[in-house]
Amino acid sequence: MVDPKTLRYAATHEWARVEGDTCTIGISKFAVDQLTDLIYVELPDVGDNVFAGETFGEIESVKAVGELYSPVNGEVTGVNEKIVNDPSILSADPYDKGWMIKIKMEPGSKVDHLLTYEQYEKQIASEQH
Amino acid sequence: MRTPLYDWHVAHGARIVDFAGWDMPIQYSTIIEEHHTVRKHAGLFDISHMGRLWFEGPDAVEPLQSVITNDVKTMKLGQVRYSLVCNEKGGILDDVLVYRFDQAWMMVVNASNREKIVGWLESHRKLKNLLIEDMTRKRGMIAIQGPAALRLSTELAKAKSWPVPDLAAMKYYFSVLFASAGTTSPVIVSRTGYTGEDGFEIIVENSNLVELCDQVLSLAKRLGIAATPCGLGARDTLRLEAGMPLYGHELSEEIDPFQAELAWAVKMEKGPFIGREALHTRQQDATLPHRVGLEIEGKRIAREGASLLSQGKPVGRVCSGTFSPTLEKAIAMAYVQCDFTAPGTQLEVDIRGKTATARVMPLPFYTRKKT
Repeated sequence: MVDPKTLRYAATHEWARVEGDTCTIGISKFAVDQLTDLIYVELPDVGDNVFAGETFGEIESVKAVGELYSPVNGEVTGVNEKIVNDPSILSADPYDKGWMIKIKMEPGSKVDHLLTYEQYEKQIASEQH
Repeated sequence: MRTPLYDWHVAHGARIVDFAGWDMPIQYSTIIEEHHTVRKHAGLFDISHMGRLWFEGPDAVEPLQSVITNDVKTMKLGQVRYSLVCNEKGGILDDVLVYRFDQAWMMVVNASNREKIVGWLESHRKLKNLLIEDMTRKRGMIAIQGPAALRLSTELAKAKSWPVPDLAAMKYYFSVLFASAGTTSPVIVSRTGYTGEDGFEIIVENSNLVELCDQVLSLAKRLGIAATPCGLGARDTLRLEAGMPLYGHELSEEIDPFQAELAWAVKMEKGPFIGREALHTRQQDATLPHRVGLEIEGKRIAREGASLLSQGKPVGRVCSGTFSPTLEKAIAMAYVQCDFTAPGTQLEVDIRGKTATARVMPLPFYTRKKT
């Protein structure tokens, strides 16, 4: 079980988990709860390059399409096809089974600029007004 | 603006959005759940944001007849008719429901067009002895829609001792107006709706609305009917499946009723009405695009504004699109050039730079089973 407190977060609601030079990306429970009615997730292919602050895919709900942003530069080494076929896996478990992509980070990449769990919680608390 | 049910919505967990200047519930749980609830059981909608205009006076008929495309003169007492209100160019100002009562009429209009239509009616009353009252802020409106709506509404009428005839015998697109104990203004119940299911729409004065909704839900619980409040999100997916137009999407001042495939609501032979001459010309114009239904291949939704292509050439544009919870596929309504409107025609839709196959389908996408 992944503990959300150990993850880092982007202001755009993606979470990041770093193990060695691999960064796993997903979206937070808050993002999933805001979206509801998930229909489709579009993810890149293994081998694609991603760039910090740029989109790597889309998530579509009945109401709207949201863009997914990469927090780091790197190369995609893993894509969770399971959630593409069944977004309910993502809704049910956004931090573990609902992971989206794995990135081999560019050397020297860090995720320190991302929000801690506490900082992210503060952000979403203020967003809910 | 808020309807008398705003606090009730919030207390029931609604997410509120702005719709035509009104703070309305978009969903209480999820859109898909609420959609299925209406198709399988019954859903309760607050539709108080829609405009309710009241007409009284010996001269009400002529001005009404002159501004709408359908025929009010052939309406029976209690009957409800769908119609368009057009400008002189034949462009649609609004789509409305007209109700005929004893010495009075009511028009239910879109929330977004209420002020426009009130102004239009005022300027076209032809100095007749006619009272036009906008009762939108005085009386609210709810809808109970779904296969269990009849049973639920029948029990509601019983519980409130409403002097209504057997609702099961009420014909579709008919209504009844009556005085009720505890209200100062009459209650109106009509067998109408915007979901493609059986159902009733009920107008009561503001002070009774909350109690009415609470009663609907507690009655449903007692009867074992899985009814829940439903929001505008589900209202949109339901009406789209039923092929029903939404003003601002399928209908606008740039579109005429024939393009919109609403010729059945236009009675050219009834006599003069605003837009009739222009409509006669437009009806013959084969260069105008027409409304079609589309099924999209794949999971991505083709939303309003998406371009439709045939072999790379633009031939139309999507006006509404969503994911159909009943059909489990992406559906849309669009306007396309006449050569491409035949059911089965295969087109491409450009969804944010990538194309998907879009097949023309007959409307509606969904029809309820007759019981």
